Amino acid sequence: MRPFDYQRIGAVEEIGAQASDRASFLAGGTNLVDLMKHEIETPEQLLDISRLDLARIEDGEDGSLQVGTLVTNTALASDARVRQRWPLLSAALLAGATAQLRNRATTGGNLLQRTRCYYFYDTARPCNKRNPGEGCGAFSGHNRIHAILGASEQCIATHPSDMAVAMVALDAGVRLRAPDGSERELPVEELHRLPGDEPQRDTVLAPGELITWVHLPAPPPGRQVYRKVRDRSSYAFALVSVGVILALKDGTVSSVRIAFGGVAHKPWRARKAEAALQGRPATEEAFLKAANAELADAKGYGGNDFKIPLARRTLVAVLRDAAGKTGEARA
Amino acid sequence: MMNPAAIGQPFDRVDGPLKVSGAATYAAEHPLDHQPLVGWIVEATIPAGRIKALETSAAEASAGVVAVLTHRNSPSQVPFGEPDDEGRFTQSRAMLGSDHIRYHGFPVALVIADTLANARHAAGLVEVTCEPADAVTAAGEEADEKPDELDGGLEADITRGDFEQAYSSAEVTLDVTYSTPNQAAAAMEPHATMAVYDGNELWVYTSVQLIGPAVQVLANTLKLNPDRIRVLSPYIGGGFGSKLGLHNEAILACLGAMYLERPVKVVQHRRQVFHNAPHRGNSVQRIRLGASRDGKLQAISHESFMPTARGYAFAEPSGAPARTTYRTDALVSRHRVKTVDMSLIDSCRAPGHAIGSLAFESAIDEMAYRCGQDPVEFRLANMPEKDPGSGKPFSSHDLAECLREGAARFGWGKRQPQGEVRGRQLVGYGVASTIRMNILVKSKTRIRLSADGTLTAWANMTDIGTGTYTILTQVAADLLGLPAERIEIELGDSAYPASCGSGGSFGAGSSGSALRDACLRLREKLVEIARKQESLKDADFDGALFEGGKLVLGSKQVSLTELVRQGGPDYLEADGKVAPGEDRGKYSQHSYGAQFAEVHVDRDTGEVRVQRLLGVFSAGRILNRKTARSQLLGGMVWGVSYALLEELMLDERYGAFMNRDFAEYHLAVNRDIPEVEIHFREQPDMRSNPLGSKGIGELSISGAGAAVANAVYHATGVRVRDFPITLDKLLEQLP
Ligand SMILES: Cc1cc2nc3c(=O)[nH]c(=O)nc-3n(C[C@H](O)[C@H](O)[C@H](O)COP(=O)(O)OP(=O)(O)OC[C@H]3O[C@@H](n4cnc5c(N)ncnc54)[C@H](O)[C@@H]3O)c2cc1C
Ligand code: SF4
Repeated sequence: MRPFDYQRIGAVEEIGAQASDRASFLAGGTNLVDLMKHEIETPEQLLDISRLDLARIEDGEDGSLQVGTLVTNTALASDARVRQRWPLLSAALLAGATAQLRNRATTGGNLLQRTRCYYFYDTARPCNKRNPGEGCGAFSGHNRIHAILGASEQCIATHPSDMAVAMVALDAGVRLRAPDGSERELPVEELHRLPGDEPQRDTVLAPGELITWVHLPAPPPGRQVYRKVRDRSSYAFALVSVGVILALKDGTVSSVRIAFGGVAHKPWRARKAEAALQGRPATEEAFLKAANAELADAKGYGGNDFKIPLARRTLVAVLRDAAGKTGEARA
Repeated sequence: MMNPAAIGQPFDRVDGPLKVSGAATYAAEHPLDHQPLVGWIVEATIPAGRIKALETSAAEASAGVVAVLTHRNSPSQVPFGEPDDEGRFTQSRAMLGSDHIRYHGFPVALVIADTLANARHAAGLVEVTCEPADAVTAAGEEADEKPDELDGGLEADITRGDFEQAYSSAEVTLDVTYSTPNQAAAAMEPHATMAVYDGNELWVYTSVQLIGPAVQVLANTLKLNPDRIRVLSPYIGGGFGSKLGLHNEAILACLGAMYLERPVKVVQHRRQVFHNAPHRGNSVQRIRLGASRDGKLQAISHESFMPTARGYAFAEPSGAPARTTYRTDALVSRHRVKTVDMSLIDSCRAPGHAIGSLAFESAIDEMAYRCGQDPVEFRLANMPEKDPGSGKPFSSHDLAECLREGAARFGWGKRQPQGEVRGRQLVGYGVASTIRMNILVKSKTRIRLSADGTLTAWANMTDIGTGTYTILTQVAADLLGLPAERIEIELGDSAYPASCGSGGSFGAGSSGSALRDACLRLREKLVEIARKQESLKDADFDGALFEGGKLVLGSKQVSLTELVRQGGPDYLEADGKVAPGEDRGKYSQHSYGAQFAEVHVDRDTGEVRVQRLLGVFSAGRILNRKTARSQLLGGMVWGVSYALLEELMLDERYGAFMNRDFAEYHLAVNRDIPEVEIHFREQPDMRSNPLGSKGIGELSISGAGAAVANAVYHATGVRVRDFPITLDKLLEQLP
């Protein structure tokens, strides 16, 4: 670990000019501390935000919910309101990591966790995300867990979060506070970015910007289903995950939201698939067409080629479940 | 009243409370008078070559750093691999001995500082410039070097009968090639050592399965007299073969301690364990089988191709199950290796049988289907009368009964020949025969019965988490009629009598038999003393019993403490030993089992989830039904990992494994393991050892994986021959 200054923050107002690109916020620490030990992240200053008064979940306007950035994954997943009205989010959270990690991990930290690319973690290997311009070890190496959508020659990493997939499907937004005290809001869908030729930038956050709250609008109508496909039944990141909210009227799709995890540098809202389904009869054929529409541009890099059929099959299966056609719908 | 600690009883682990309360001190935790310094390994990042330049000044100037050891300043050692004629556990394991880089991850420096954080940070400041050499990092079917011998002293090649003739004239044939990946032993406790040197004696607190060779390897590497070396390893958090010998951190900690004459601790970081401790090499196994149409095996050929690490002679006998499980007219088993510039390749969890059974029991299953026979019936129809490989009679053979009992208990009769579809799940049943060679290793022990009634036993034996402390307590309790609370088992110290150590499932039987021998000798001494007593003059010495702390002679009795006082007066001692006897060479000895699995495969995603596992095992006399069950349970869990999960991802460009942590190196987790049923067929085998027990630690792992794999085939109709069976290999072929 590179030596650093440590400062505990008591109130957001204390965050000023010291929050720069050389500083990092410490929340649960489950990702950041690991990265610091490996000297993949080497902040000069650690601003410990874990004592801020942002571990609350509050009712918002119009049936929405405001989630403080320090709410733990466990607390958010087990909140009665979330379980009843946003079961997709609860299911996604519970599919992530382990109970111990979820007890520690925070909402903001989960959104901003970094990729699990093997080459990103191995500082002896080239990685454009760690060292721009160095090359990408995964491109012609092991890329079983890598992206099939929206990747670039520079970087084919995925964003590993489950929670963020549900949030993107649920049209959640984040409230941000800049070091100068100004605030802005952003849909979670726009928080993360595609790698392009700046793979070192995971998100659109400006240096020192703090996530304060996550806004969950009232849930759209329909059944919410989250499905995470992984190599073992727990304690594994998603190979592919799918979050769906589907409402039918007389057998026809009246409203649908779809997001994928494990397929791109960001949680992937499947708008093409949604468009292909909207107003169509909820049939196996329509589900397949929708999946194919979304995956038309998908590209594999060898080790992850299988994710293209896997994403297609999983989406069809989840839509089938959500439409109540398997008799054993998961929520 | 029955002694609750009698042999066979499911007696709770005697070291359990110490372990769950954190009071058991593992290698890195041993309390010293002064805080040890902490060393961090700087690893090479190329697979082969030389160190051209090494810049250590920034590291040396970094906070808390006491020394940076490199090949330029480290204490003088015997060159790596010498002497030639010794085995791999005692040859020099020199570290920082030259500028030569042997493999990716090979230590090029040790940074020693006051704290772990300071050492680790400074390690990043060491600048290493290397001159890479050509390296071979991958091995496959092209392996063509014939090893001198295989692990366990087995011959590389055996031929019985005329295979080509039998195979070419067989009515049904099968020619398939299986592969298994590189695997890590993956013990929970990373390799760790604390070394203390006072200029004369070297004390080494470490985590090692075999204590005797550990002393010898330190002597042979560091040019020290073995009398000046003390190795202590009282608690070990799992070894799985990777701690049979001492490894890199141990040598480095000793070099640091000798260089500074201060205690130095080196704990391998989890990511370092994957290269700085041995792993299992990948295997390619070509299997050819010939049978008559009615399912009698006539020809068996098994050819194994695996890597061997340069300068470290080891070849895994993956053909072992093919040599002994089924009858055949003709048999060929060959092993070839290819030398690679990779980190050490060594024993890992049931070397030979574990990955051998994965491939061979899958191929046998294929043959059963090909002959149109039920997989259990096919196996039963091919039971051998004598060992097909060695031609020797079996000391006992119980495989058929295990298969029959297992099939009945599992409900194999309910199996649908074509598998079953339930909703979106494909349901399949699988079976595999399980055998593991049974070994006895020379072992000694010393016991002392004190006048206060405590019995202490000493041996340089180890307990790697298997329950050795517990079963040895039971052996002594049973033979001397003492309560367990009165028994102290002292292990893991090179000052104690030389024992077998832990490995190859020989620990319990060998060290237990030595202890039994010591107890019998002590009993003789006690009886001799009793005979001299006036009051016991006409007692019934023929029916002498040791019970409740007393010697019971018919209606008369005398306490053991009384006898000790008369004969001692403070204590009585006895030495015990065991060594392989004549039966060893005359019989082929194995433990047996039959394992059954039910799996569900998701039709949409190809995810395999094991629903049920059942095993019936025959391993001689069971010394403790609880620890024995735990051993078998553990092996079955590993089996699930072998079949479905475990794989070191080798990046051939760098000779590096890319998934070097437990988040990405997948082992089965709790949720992957369903209800597991374990049954014993208890049949003492007195040809095995004087206790009648047989090896159990590596038994279930030698078959559990194949049972799962065969169930996947039954469920899906897809035969994956490249382990592990991950969903991508099934996905596009699912019905
Ligand atoms: C072994 C393992 C397995 C895991 N498996 C899964 C899984 O299956 N699915 C899954 O979704 N996740 C998984 N995780 C990831 C886990 O969910 C994240 O580590 C966790 O959510 C991060 O939260 P944290 O509070 O600990 O963040 P920290 O580690 O404290 O921070 C992470 C990053 O976010 C930044 N940050 C934190 N809070 C804020 C804020 N309010 N404003 C601005 N920046 C902020 C930090 O500066 C840092 O860069 C796993 C983690 C591990 C270690
Ligand atoms: S995929 Fe991205 S994170 Fe991984 S090695 Fe390439 S550049 Fe680095």
